Amino acid sequence: MSYLELLKLAAPEAIVAVTALAVLAIGLIRWGESPSNRRSSAFCSAVAGLGLAAAVGAVLMLPQSATLFGGMLVITPLTSLFKIISLSLAFFTVVLARTDLSSRNHGEYLALVLLATIGLMLLVGSEELLMIFIGLELTGLSLYVMTAFDKTDIHSAEAGLKYFLFGSTASAFTLFGLSLVYGMAGTTGLAAIAQKLSAQTLSPLLFAGIVMTLVGFAFKIAAAPFHLWAPDAYQGAPVPSAAFIASGSKVASFVVLGKIVLVGFGPAHGSAAWHAMIAGWAPVLAVLAALSIVIGNLVALAQSNVRRLLAYSAVAHAGYTLLGLIAGGREGFSATLFYTTVYAFTLVGAFGVVALVRRETGGDDLMNFAGLRTRSPLLAGCMSIFMLSLAGLPPLAGFFGKFYLFSAALRPGENHGLLWLVALALLGSLISLYYYLIVLKVVFVDEPAQHETSPLRRHGTPKSNVGGSVDQGGDFLQRVSLSVLGAIVIFLGLIPGPLVDRIIASLP
Amino acid sequence: MIAWTIYVTFAGAVLLLFAGPALSRWIALATTLAGFAVSLIALFQTPIADLAHFTTIVRAPWVPMLGMEYHLAVDGISLTLALVTSLTAVSAVLFSWDVDHRQNEFFFWLLLVVGGSYGVFLSADLFLLFVFYELVIVPKYFLIAIWGSTNKEYGAMKLTLYSFFGGALVFIGIIASYVTAGSLNLHDLAEFPFPPQFQSWAFPVLFLGFAVLAGIWPLHTWAPTGHVAAPTAGSMLLAGIIMKLGAYGGLRVAMNLFPQGFQMWSGYIAVFAVIGILYAAAVALRQRDLKFVIGYSSVSHMGFVLLGLATANVLGVSGAVLQMFSHGVIAALLFAVAGRMIYRRTHTRNLDELSLMNLNRALPFAAFSFVIASAASMGIPGFSGFAAEITILIGAWRIYPIAVWITGAGMVLVAAFTLRALKRTFFDTVEDVKSITSVTSSHRETFEPITLAEKLGAGLLMFATLSVGLYPKLLLDRIVPAVEAMRFLTK
Repeated sequence: MSYLELLKLAAPEAIVAVTALAVLAIGLIRWGESPSNRRSSAFCSAVAGLGLAAAVGAVLMLPQSATLFGGMLVITPLTSLFKIISLSLAFFTVVLARTDLSSRNHGEYLALVLLATIGLMLLVGSEELLMIFIGLELTGLSLYVMTAFDKTDIHSAEAGLKYFLFGSTASAFTLFGLSLVYGMAGTTGLAAIAQKLSAQTLSPLLFAGIVMTLVGFAFKIAAAPFHLWAPDAYQGAPVPSAAFIASGSKVASFVVLGKIVLVGFGPAHGSAAWHAMIAGWAPVLAVLAALSIVIGNLVALAQSNVRRLLAYSAVAHAGYTLLGLIAGGREGFSATLFYTTVYAFTLVGAFGVVALVRRETGGDDLMNFAGLRTRSPLLAGCMSIFMLSLAGLPPLAGFFGKFYLFSAALRPGENHGLLWLVALALLGSLISLYYYLIVLKVVFVDEPAQHETSPLRRHGTPKSNVGGSVDQGGDFLQRVSLSVLGAIVIFLGLIPGPLVDRIIASLP
Repeated sequence: MIAWTIYVTFAGAVLLLFAGPALSRWIALATTLAGFAVSLIALFQTPIADLAHFTTIVRAPWVPMLGMEYHLAVDGISLTLALVTSLTAVSAVLFSWDVDHRQNEFFFWLLLVVGGSYGVFLSADLFLLFVFYELVIVPKYFLIAIWGSTNKEYGAMKLTLYSFFGGALVFIGIIASYVTAGSLNLHDLAEFPFPPQFQSWAFPVLFLGFAVLAGIWPLHTWAPTGHVAAPTAGSMLLAGIIMKLGAYGGLRVAMNLFPQGFQMWSGYIAVFAVIGILYAAAVALRQRDLKFVIGYSSVSHMGFVLLGLATANVLGVSGAVLQMFSHGVIAALLFAVAGRMIYRRTHTRNLDELSLMNLNRALPFAAFSFVIASAASMGIPGFSGFAAEITILIGAWRIYPIAVWITGAGMVLVAAFTLRALKRTFFDTVEDVKSITSVTSSHRETFEPITLAEKLGAGLLMFATLSVGLYPKLLLDRIVPAVEAMRFLTK
């Protein structure tokens, strides 16, 4: 294996890394004396966007399948597909970040986004525990900084610290769990672990290792009871960071969690069927899923801040998405992947709307959305698409995703053993429809109260009053990308076939 | 042919998003009229032999990996319900001619409801049917929450959550049958021998899910509050179309797929239906708000549909389908009179206040329409309500004679509350001269006359109920063979 070949196979990651360095360097250059340094940040965004596009091109040029260093870097149709998805989520984040932050450190911010993206690509593209852990840490560390990036906002610092403390504890658990698994199996390759595990019974030590590993991932996907960081991080972080945490990080975590439990720990599947539970990781995930659905949905009911509401609903969605993994098999995994992909695009879009509303009104509480319909019909339309897709209503992608997920969960076994979880998830959807509709009610039905707007304006960022064109709902590129996201959500709902076929075909 | 009702309606809805507000009502009218024309042509052009089976009209793969198809089919039952959908839609647009703010959005949501309903009635693929079924939920919410009246946000949310709750039950039933039978095609599913143990739990889940929308007794409470809160067109669509979606789903999906489960539970359905008929009629007798009276009367009439379905014989089930048509037309007319003709002019629906206004003089056309609608609603021979209810009761007599006795008593209650509402609204002679306040008389002066659009809409509905009432064979000829093809019938 020559280094040239390695570089060829790792070209997408390399391109993103080079772009990150370039963006970092460009961000340091001062272009004239304008205080906001707008030209520099615009240039940074352009370079970052081009780099991501080039990386997508490089992914498309990769061979069909390859394995390096015993699974440290794996290329399959599945990894390529999810690298592209991660890159496009990063692209939308870059677009979202264009006008949101104080542009003085724009280069650094974009470099962090790109570094986190490399972490996601490593996560997706590896079948080896050590490499997965490196990917997790690279993503995690970048995201911690991105969360705390807004130095003018104390909530951002709080969110960053919370995220970091929870995250590092969870990483410690994962690492400990992985070391136990390594100790039992004697190898770090997922396929090799599966071979070793199938030969032995489920020993308590191994079980402890599996559970600890799962703890770390439960933190990543914000499943209850490891979700406590999510509301603060989603609410306090700069909006693009929150969007990336909620989308890119989540997709990659689900891909790698699926690989670990279904490939690596496959023999220790167990069963979560009602009255027929068998010890293994499936019952553990089932408990996490049930808790997430119940806690996420119930707590979301009481939220008055849209970002916090999205955070709790994210907890609930993590619970739904776990259903596919619990069911297991090709069908279950592909349902999980489809659902999490759709969810990620939906959530980036929703955060995009939140970002524009926040810039316009200076806040992201529910009342800031009042009368959005009259201010910007486009944003209101996009928001309704995203919210209704999250609630799982046709003809949007979330509906098909739920149908696929729940039918996959009921499939294995003659007795529909997972019916209890499906029923719980549907009950959760019913609850969730209420709070999503409340958001839409505020957008479409309520008129903005006059006396409330003026104090909000005062708190608003100074940028909010720059020009009339900004108040019409974001700049042109942002509006276009929100429309594209809305179109994706509708398209995947009406014609889910292509993506489903691709995901199923790419699973072994 | 009939598939075009779906396409035209959705195309009209999309067009509305881009059209100017001045054009919106004309676009909506043209769209619904096109749908009406298509279903009328389909009614008279399609040979009756073709309507005896659920005949495929469009079939294309959708998500082949999971067995989903875009598959539409039609038989006498679907056609009848598509017809009532189009009728109600046209008159609903005519009765919303005066909507003066956010017209585009209003007609957009309205057309989504109509298009989704066509879709449900014509789907032959379970997934497709469910997509259309759930598609209808959100437009209802916006129609009521934005353009509604009394307590609108509460009514809208309650109705939406009830519908979604029913939808969740249906979802479970659909997924369970899909996973068990491995198909979503209604033909294949109807042939599939589901194990009796499976049917015994899947049938009630599925049927109850649909029946929530049909207003089955303990879960009917969304209907009166929703009807009252909705704008006139919203109430017309709710009573005229949406409650039919539930009954149709129960018949086409739950009963047809799980005949054994149906046999196990049909007695309970009959009990709930009879309780619903009596209970709602009794509650309607005590209402002060005219729309509440009509809302409860809808629940009562839908009880007849459920009773007809529970009989499991050709006569009862055909009568139930005919009653769906008849109630769709009559309830739409009643709500149109109460919501548009009266409430928009008097700004009250309180029976006590209305009785002081001498409305039969002030609004003679409204009085005329309401008399016709009440007569049809009470089941006077010559109107469609009579034809439908008598068929149901004859069908029920064979299995549940006691139910027929009780229901007969219930019909007296129906007559009582209808006549009470009619009298209080239009024909109260005010004994005490002093109670005619100056306010009331000034009201009378300012009532604007009934507009042409209202007359056309009401005329259309009255024509429909009369023609089907005088010549029920027109629909029954098409319904009965389709019902005979179903496999849950007890011989």
